Amino acid sequence: MAMTDVPETSKQDKRRSIGEPGALRRLGSNLLDTPSAFRKSLVRHGQPTSDRAKSQTVFTNFFLHILSTRTHLHSIKAATTLGLGVATMMLFIILCFTGVLLMVYYKPSVDLAYASMLDIMHVVPSGRLMRNIHRWSAHGMVACVMLHMARAFYTAAYKKPREFNWVIGMSLFVLTLALSFTGYLLPWDQLAYWAVTIGANIAQSPKELTDALGVTAVFDIGRFQKELLLGAHYVGQEALIRFYVLHVIILPVAISILIALHFWRIRKDGGLVRPSYADEPMDGSASQHATASNEPGPAVIKTYGLMGLMKGKTPAVDREMRNTITTWPNVLYVIGAAAMLTTLAMIVLGVLYDAPLAEMANPAVPENPAKAPWYFLGLQELVSYSAFMGGVGIPAIVVLGLALMPYLDREKEDAGIWFSGRQGRRVSFMSAIFGAAVVIGMLAFTVRFGWLRNWEATARIPQIVITFFNPGTVFVAIFAVWSVVVVKLTRSTRMGAIALFTCFLVGFAILTYFATVHRGPNWDFFWSHNDWPVH
Amino acid sequence: MTQTKSQLESSERFKPKASRRDFLGIAAAWSAIAAFVMAMLGAFRLPMPSVFPESNSQSKLGKPNRFLEGSATYFPKQNLWLSRSQEGFHAISSVCTHLGCIVERDGEGEFSCPCHGSKFDRAGNVAGGPAPKGLVWVDLSISPEGWLVADTLKETKQGTYLKV
Repeated sequence: MAMTDVPETSKQDKRRSIGEPGALRRLGSNLLDTPSAFRKSLVRHGQPTSDRAKSQTVFTNFFLHILSTRTHLHSIKAATTLGLGVATMMLFIILCFTGVLLMVYYKPSVDLAYASMLDIMHVVPSGRLMRNIHRWSAHGMVACVMLHMARAFYTAAYKKPREFNWVIGMSLFVLTLALSFTGYLLPWDQLAYWAVTIGANIAQSPKELTDALGVTAVFDIGRFQKELLLGAHYVGQEALIRFYVLHVIILPVAISILIALHFWRIRKDGGLVRPSYADEPMDGSASQHATASNEPGPAVIKTYGLMGLMKGKTPAVDREMRNTITTWPNVLYVIGAAAMLTTLAMIVLGVLYDAPLAEMANPAVPENPAKAPWYFLGLQELVSYSAFMGGVGIPAIVVLGLALMPYLDREKEDAGIWFSGRQGRRVSFMSAIFGAAVVIGMLAFTVRFGWLRNWEATARIPQIVITFFNPGTVFVAIFAVWSVVVVKLTRSTRMGAIALFTCFLVGFAILTYFATVHRGPNWDFFWSHNDWPVH
Repeated sequence: MTQTKSQLESSERFKPKASRRDFLGIAAAWSAIAAFVMAMLGAFRLPMPSVFPESNSQSKLGKPNRFLEGSATYFPKQNLWLSRSQEGFHAISSVCTHLGCIVERDGEGEFSCPCHGSKFDRAGNVAGGPAPKGLVWVDLSISPEGWLVADTLKETKQGTYLKV
C-alpha cells in the first residue's frame, strides 16, 4: 500500500502551488481524504503484511517498542516463562484500574473509611465487583511475583548479564508486599486494624535488640520506624492517611519506575534467557549439540555489538535470524492470551467470591486470632517466638540472601534450562524433602514441647537469647549448612543455590500453610478450624 | 626553556595541573550531591511528627475514694488496669509488649495476650510467650483538685505505688 502511494503524492505536490485556481475544490477533496490522511499520519508504515512492515510496526510504535522486532521461538514457548511475568504486569494494571475507581468513593478518614467501604460493597454500582477484583488481584500479584521469581531462579535467569535485573526483581517483590500491606489497612475493619498494629510493632521490634544492648536511649531505631510509619504511637487517623498516601501514589509510582527498568533491562540483556541449543537449527540435528560444552560452536565466533550499545555475543552474525519469528503479531498473541486469561481469572474470582470485610476497627478489643494476609502468615508464625528475629532479622537475611544469589553463584553453565538439568532436579527434590522434614519437625517439636520460656531450665534466660534463638534462626542455619554441604558434594555453587532456594521455598509454603490452618485463638495449635473454642 | 610542548606535557610537573582540574570537577559534583542530600533530609524531616496527636496523654481516672482497696478497674480508652492495694494505687498498661495487642486479665490478676500467647504475672512480669519485657507501669499522680491522673506516655518503675 505504501508503494502505490508514490505517484499519487507527486500528483498532489504538483497541485499544491500557491495562487492557482481551484483551492476551494482542493479543500473539498482534502476534506474527503481526511480519514485516510489521518490514518496515514497515525500509522506511518503500511499494513503489517510483509516482515519488514511487521518489524516497522513494532519498532515505531511507542507502546510496542519495548519488544524487539523479532523474537526467539524459545521465548514464546509456554514452558519458558509460564507467562508469569505478563500475568504479574497484567495484575498490576488491573490493580491500578480498579484502584482508581475505588478511590472515587473511598474516604481515608477514621470516621468515614468503614462507611465508605460499606457503600462500595452495597450501594455503589459495580463497587462490590471492583473491590473483589482489586482484592483478588492483590493476592494474585503477590503469588505471581513469587512464582515468577521461582521461575527465573530455576531457569538460572539471574546469571550474567542478568544479575542486576534479578536485584531489581527483588526490589519489585518487596514493593509488591509493601503495596499489599499498606492496602490492607484501608478498609479500617478489625482484621486490618490489628494486622497493621502488629506490623507497626514489628517495625518497632529492633527495640528488643537496642534494649538488650542498652543503647535505646541514644539510638532508638525501632521507635523511629514506628513513629515514621504511624505518625503517632498507635494506629489512628495519622496512620490511615500515611498508608493511603503510600498505597495510592508513592509505592505505585516507585513500582512503575522499577517495572520500566526491569523490562528495559530484559531488552538490553538480549531478551529472555535461553539455552545455547535453542539457537541450533530445529531439524533434529540439535540434540548432539545440546550436551556440548559451554563454548560456542565454531560457526558463531564472528560477533558485533548493536550500535555499540549491546555487550556480549548477541546478536551473533550467523544465527541472529535463526529460530526467530516476527514479534507482530505472534508475540502479541501470546502476551494478549496471557493477559486476557489473567483478567478472566480475576473477574471470575471477583464474581464468585466476596472480599472479606470484618466489623469496624475497635482499638479496645483485639481480633483473636489477628491473622495477617496469607503471604505474611509464615512470618507471623515466626514472630510468635520472638518479634525482632521473626519479623525483621530473618526476612532481612532471606531478602539479602536472594539478592546476593547471582553474585555468589557465578558459574557459567548453560542458562535457560529448568533446574539446570538432571542433577539440579535431583538436588531440588532432595532439598524439598529435607527442608520439609526440618520445618515440619521443628513445628511439631514447638507444638509438643513449647519453646525456651516453657522449660524450667531456660525460663529465666536473658531476653537477648530469646530474641535471637528463634525457630526461624534454626531453619536458616540448618538450610545454610545444607547448601554448603551440597556445594561441597556436587562441587557446584549453582547446585548449592538450588538447594538453598528450594529449602526456603518449601519452608515458606509449610509455615504459611501451618499458620493459616493450624493456628487459632491465642495462637494455639488446632487441627482444624472446627476445633476452635466458641466465645 | 628549549623544551617543546610535547616534552612539557609529558613532564612530571605537568601532571598535577590536569588532576587539579579533575579535582575541581569532582569537588563540584560532590558538592552538588551533598547539597541535594541535605535538601532531601530537610524535606523528609516533614513526615517525622514533632507533636503527636496523643500529646495530651494525661487523663483523669476519677476521685481516689471511688476505688475500693483490693479492686482492679479497667479503663478501655487509656488501655490500663488501675489496682488499689494496701501499698496504694498502681496502673498497669494492657498493651502487650510483644506486638501491641490488648492483654486480658483473669480472676487471679494475671495477664495473657490473645495474639501470640504471651503471659504476665500480677505485677506485669513476663511469665511466658514471646514478650520481650514486662507490661508497662503507667505513671499516676493526684491533680490539685484531687483527681487521680494517669499519663499513658509516661512509664514508671515497677513497684511504684501512689499513696493517697
